[in-house]
Amino acid sequence: MNKKITEKIWFSICGFFAFLTVAALGLLLFSIIREGASVLSWSFVTQPPRKNMTEGGIWPALVGTFYVASLTVLISVPVGIGAAIYLNEYAKQGVIVRVIRLSIRNLAGVPSIVYGLFGLAIFAATLKLGTGLLTAAITLGIMVLPWVITASEEALKSVPISFREGGLALGATKWQTIRQLVLPSAIPGMATGSILGLARAAGETAPIILTGAAYFLPQLPSSLMDGFMALPYHLYILATQHAQATAVRPIAYGTALVLILLVILLNSFAIVLRNYYRQKNELL
Amino acid sequence: MAIIAQKHKEEQQFTKLKVITKEKLTQKSFKVNILDFLVEKAFLVFGLIAVFILCLLLYFLIREGSTALSEVGLMEFLTTTRWYPSSTASQGAGYGALPFIISSFMVTIGALIIAIPWGIFTAIYIAEIAPKRVREILKPTIEILAIFPSVVLGFIALVILSPLIANLFNLSNGLTALTASLILSVMALPTIISISEDSIKSIPKDYREAAYALGASRWETIKTITVPAAKSGIVAGIMLGFGRAVGETMTVLMAAGNAIDMPLKEFFGIVVPNFLTSVRTLTANIAIEGSDVAWGSLHYSSLFVTAIILFIITFVVNLIADLLISRQRSKLGNE
Repeated sequence: MNKKITEKIWFSICGFFAFLTVAALGLLLFSIIREGASVLSWSFVTQPPRKNMTEGGIWPALVGTFYVASLTVLISVPVGIGAAIYLNEYAKQGVIVRVIRLSIRNLAGVPSIVYGLFGLAIFAATLKLGTGLLTAAITLGIMVLPWVITASEEALKSVPISFREGGLALGATKWQTIRQLVLPSAIPGMATGSILGLARAAGETAPIILTGAAYFLPQLPSSLMDGFMALPYHLYILATQHAQATAVRPIAYGTALVLILLVILLNSFAIVLRNYYRQKNELL
Repeated sequence: MAIIAQKHKEEQQFTKLKVITKEKLTQKSFKVNILDFLVEKAFLVFGLIAVFILCLLLYFLIREGSTALSEVGLMEFLTTTRWYPSSTASQGAGYGALPFIISSFMVTIGALIIAIPWGIFTAIYIAEIAPKRVREILKPTIEILAIFPSVVLGFIALVILSPLIANLFNLSNGLTALTASLILSVMALPTIISISEDSIKSIPKDYREAAYALGASRWETIKTITVPAAKSGIVAGIMLGFGRAVGETMTVLMAAGNAIDMPLKEFFGIVVPNFLTSVRTLTANIAIEGSDVAWGSLHYSSLFVTAIILFIITFVVNLIADLLISRQRSKLGNE
């Protein structure tokens, strides 16, 4: 009996903490949706900020985020897939692979602001690209690379070994087998990884502060060297750097809501895609 | 006889065919093998890119930081407390990063004190106790928490948490180390929960069945068998949570107030950390000063020295986590 009671107490404690996790997320979402929903409208999304950002919308920040995140994916995905193909299809266990894996894990642990400083030093200052879209996108691309590699490798691992054996048995070379059999069935998984990378790049702030995000730009960037507005940086500016911090608060809430929706939508899309193809693969 | 002759002829033809095919095959595969060899080498280059980037990162951190390291010296960064990097020597320049280092550790450890019990109990609940339906709510909850943009968490800390803290402790300003720790604990939580849960789940069923067979209750099994067996994995999760929290920029930048000061106070003659004061972490300092520093100046160089310190801290922490995870794996593999 005593045993039963202690167990009940401890189970309730565990349950309480688990509940607290859900409550924390609920509270975060609730507070943003409550304040942000009243600001959210079609014109908020499609209009530029006006009157020193106290009115108007977030259009340039939304487009800037789209630009920088897409460029990031364009840079990191080909490299990430290439590295994953090497690790999963070609590499044999040995010193080289250990060093590569150690480097990937290390890069994943480097603080984002250190990437920002690195991007500033190498691309902006040394290679004279200046601060702007391109510098920010390469910096973010390097930052999300470890995740893209890991996701692509997972996708390759999920392709059954029989695909490779079948290809080789038919007399195809290794590269033919990879290109024509393994890659096509790994592509959905890789797409999932790319979308997750896109979501990460869209929500990231620290590296772009140093490498090209602009406080305020009246027009959209017209070249890769231009500065750009981005949703997360816009939120940071509205919340902490603006002279009338309380006056722009509703707009800050609206920006936060749009950012959250964007990141959650991208992630849900990636998860749906993954589940759909996982089921399809299992049927094979 | 005719049949035998026929068969012999067929066999001869067949052998001829085999030889031709073999020749063709080897010819073809020779060409393709070169291509295959080249492709493999091309992919090796892709594989080595991560190594190259890591070397480049280290090289640039050290190259840009070397001016400050040689002119100021590492010890001044690590042990002094005056940070006036943009002044000239005659104006009384100072490069003491100690307040940032202490603040970074303080805020991170504060976050872990909250996140460790929270995370471990939640992980136990998900792995061992929760009914399937509850797990289906908890899993996406943790996934969404993990993708929450840090700037949004910082914003929440700024507009909701800090007024609360100010009211609670009668402060004029709620942007304190405590505020940052509270919000950072939410950020460290998904890492701690998912790694701990994974390692609890990886404990073989026989362990639990053996405990039940000896008459242990479910909780006794969890407390004395499952969790201790998953210990290295759980500690690895905590270390990774530490690494994440110490490197986090936006939340602490927005929540901690950013005053450059030693966050310590005397309490009955003993120096203790003061969680109710505004602090500036290593990461926040780089974000604040990095965007308008003159490239190549001593100030610029000194920011790279603080980045090197940050890199070393996260490197060591992640290395320990890595060793713990591989230890857990080999332990379970051997038994």
